[in-house]
Amino acid sequence: MNQKIPFLFLLLGLSALHLGAFFGILITLQYIYPEFLKEALAFNRLREFHVSTLIGWLILTATGGIYYYISKVLNVPLYSKKIMSIQFSILLVCSFAIYYSFLVGKMGGREYLTYHPIISLPILIAWILFAINYFKTLVGKIQNWPVYLWMWGTGIVFMIYHFSESHLWLIPSIRENFIRDITVQWKSYGSFVGSWNMLIYGTAIFLMSKIKNENTVGRGKVAFFFYFLGLSNLMFGWAHHTYFIPTQPWIRIVAYAMSMSEWIIFLSIIISWKKSLNKEAKIKGNFAYKFLLATDFWVFVNLFIALLISIPYINLFTHGTHITVAHSMGTTIGINTTILLASAMFIAYKENAGIIEANTKIIKLGYWLFNGALAGFLTMLMLGGVARSKWTFLSDKTTSFGEMQSSIQPLIVAFLFFGVVLFIGLLFVAIPLIKVYFNKLKK
Amino acid sequence: MAIIVIVFLGYNFFIYTQKPPIEVQKMSEIAIRGEKIYQDNNCTACHQFYGLGGYLGPDLTNVISEEGKGAMYVKAFLNSGIKSMPQFNFSEEEKEALVAFLEAVDETGHYPIYEATHNYGWVSIKYKK
Ligand code: HEC
Repeated sequence: MNQKIPFLFLLLGLSALHLGAFFGILITLQYIYPEFLKEALAFNRLREFHVSTLIGWLILTATGGIYYYISKVLNVPLYSKKIMSIQFSILLVCSFAIYYSFLVGKMGGREYLTYHPIISLPILIAWILFAINYFKTLVGKIQNWPVYLWMWGTGIVFMIYHFSESHLWLIPSIRENFIRDITVQWKSYGSFVGSWNMLIYGTAIFLMSKIKNENTVGRGKVAFFFYFLGLSNLMFGWAHHTYFIPTQPWIRIVAYAMSMSEWIIFLSIIISWKKSLNKEAKIKGNFAYKFLLATDFWVFVNLFIALLISIPYINLFTHGTHITVAHSMGTTIGINTTILLASAMFIAYKENAGIIEANTKIIKLGYWLFNGALAGFLTMLMLGGVARSKWTFLSDKTTSFGEMQSSIQPLIVAFLFFGVVLFIGLLFVAIPLIKVYFNKLKK
Repeated sequence: MAIIVIVFLGYNFFIYTQKPPIEVQKMSEIAIRGEKIYQDNNCTACHQFYGLGGYLGPDLTNVISEEGKGAMYVKAFLNSGIKSMPQFNFSEEEKEALVAFLEAVDETGHYPIYEATHNYGWVSIKYKK
């Protein structure tokens, strides 16, 4: 049984991806038809099914991948398979508990953490178990950790820290002061997203080094320079979410400076692209690689958007509009999801190349549907954001919120269309993967 | 590595204890009760403070002090079930608490920011007195 746990993580993750995308379609329907499911599951609960389930996709799949890579690719025996099973079981039970809490309307009412706060406790324990297992497995077993091992370790530790931090509102001295509270709240969110990014980007670098079969990837000064840049952004870069909360100005200035350091990453992508163009032909036909190429593209697009909206004067107009949503969807779907699909492909191919090869056509179709739809999806959000910003800053006060909302209906309908295509594309990609993993469970 | 961690710890300490540049009262007990109701009903799925939150409804930072709005206006909305907003059944007491919470938030600042000065991309915001 214990051998199968990484596959269970992956299967649960993939199920969450589809279920979460399906909830996304339902909540978009509520945008279009306010009465849709309003009695049974109004938007304030249905939305959280969507958000929590997709965070589940990111975290479960990243975790399953890391366990698999450590034990099956790096060939380091796990410190404890039992801990891994317990961790999985806790998260599985918590998933049901979270759904239950939404169904009965026992909400936590904080962004991301909208379930009843008590459920956070076992989740935290699961992360601590992961940390114990990870470090006990790897410390001393591998010399000169390549950067991805650092990134995974950092992601786990900081996840524990920032996840806990996001519950500081339970302490009265934080809660009594609204500005302090909302600042700490968004600090913790910015940073725990940064933490799961460490897990996922670490996975991307790991995959690159294995696909290209170059052990130099993930080693050397440059790799570590970017690791530290990413780490300092994780720690200090969050405050571009809160430029307009009346905090002490220095907090916001630090955030501005920090965010702008990411231009270095942006430039380095352009440079390394130029270099790698001629090498690509060799790896054609490898789906894991193909998804990582998509990642490259979406990193480029999203980083550019992120950098622009991190300039306070631009942020003034884009903050609190759908442009922020475009940013968060762009990064979670365009970047995180493509990396995790690459990871899922890599594993499936290694376990059962036959099934993947037999489904080449359908995966390819899914791949293009997914990427094409995502482009449309993000464009609609950007346009919606522009409309909302115009309403906030340029309209006379006679247009009501409701009228503005109605005026962007056509965009939301198009958004829904792209969302449905995206969902279908994901299905095409995932079906062969699910087949492979199920086969592994049966054995 | 050690340096960056130490800087991080110091920085966190400042954030957790920072005093906002304006004097605001501690939230009253009733306002905190209002916030709890706000959370229990997950209003944040649709509404924002300082532009942070959901997108289906309007930002509520200054709904109390905005011209033509205010406590009565807010109360009228709460049980209205207008558009996609769920049909809540708050008692008069719960409505009072929610209003107290929104009043406490309103005192902390302005959003959206219509009056700001900027240079080199930096924006200086106007604080409430
Ligand atoms: C499902 C989404 C949704 C939820 C949940 C929701 N609202 Fe609303 N709310 C709306 C929408 C939409 C409007 C705007 C209606 C209109 O003007 O067309 C609104 C309007 C308001 C207004 C008037 C704002 C203004 O500036 O005109 C207040 C106050 C308000 N809501 C408070 C609350 C509170 C408090 C809660 C939680 C108890 C809540 N809402 C939950 C969707 C929601």
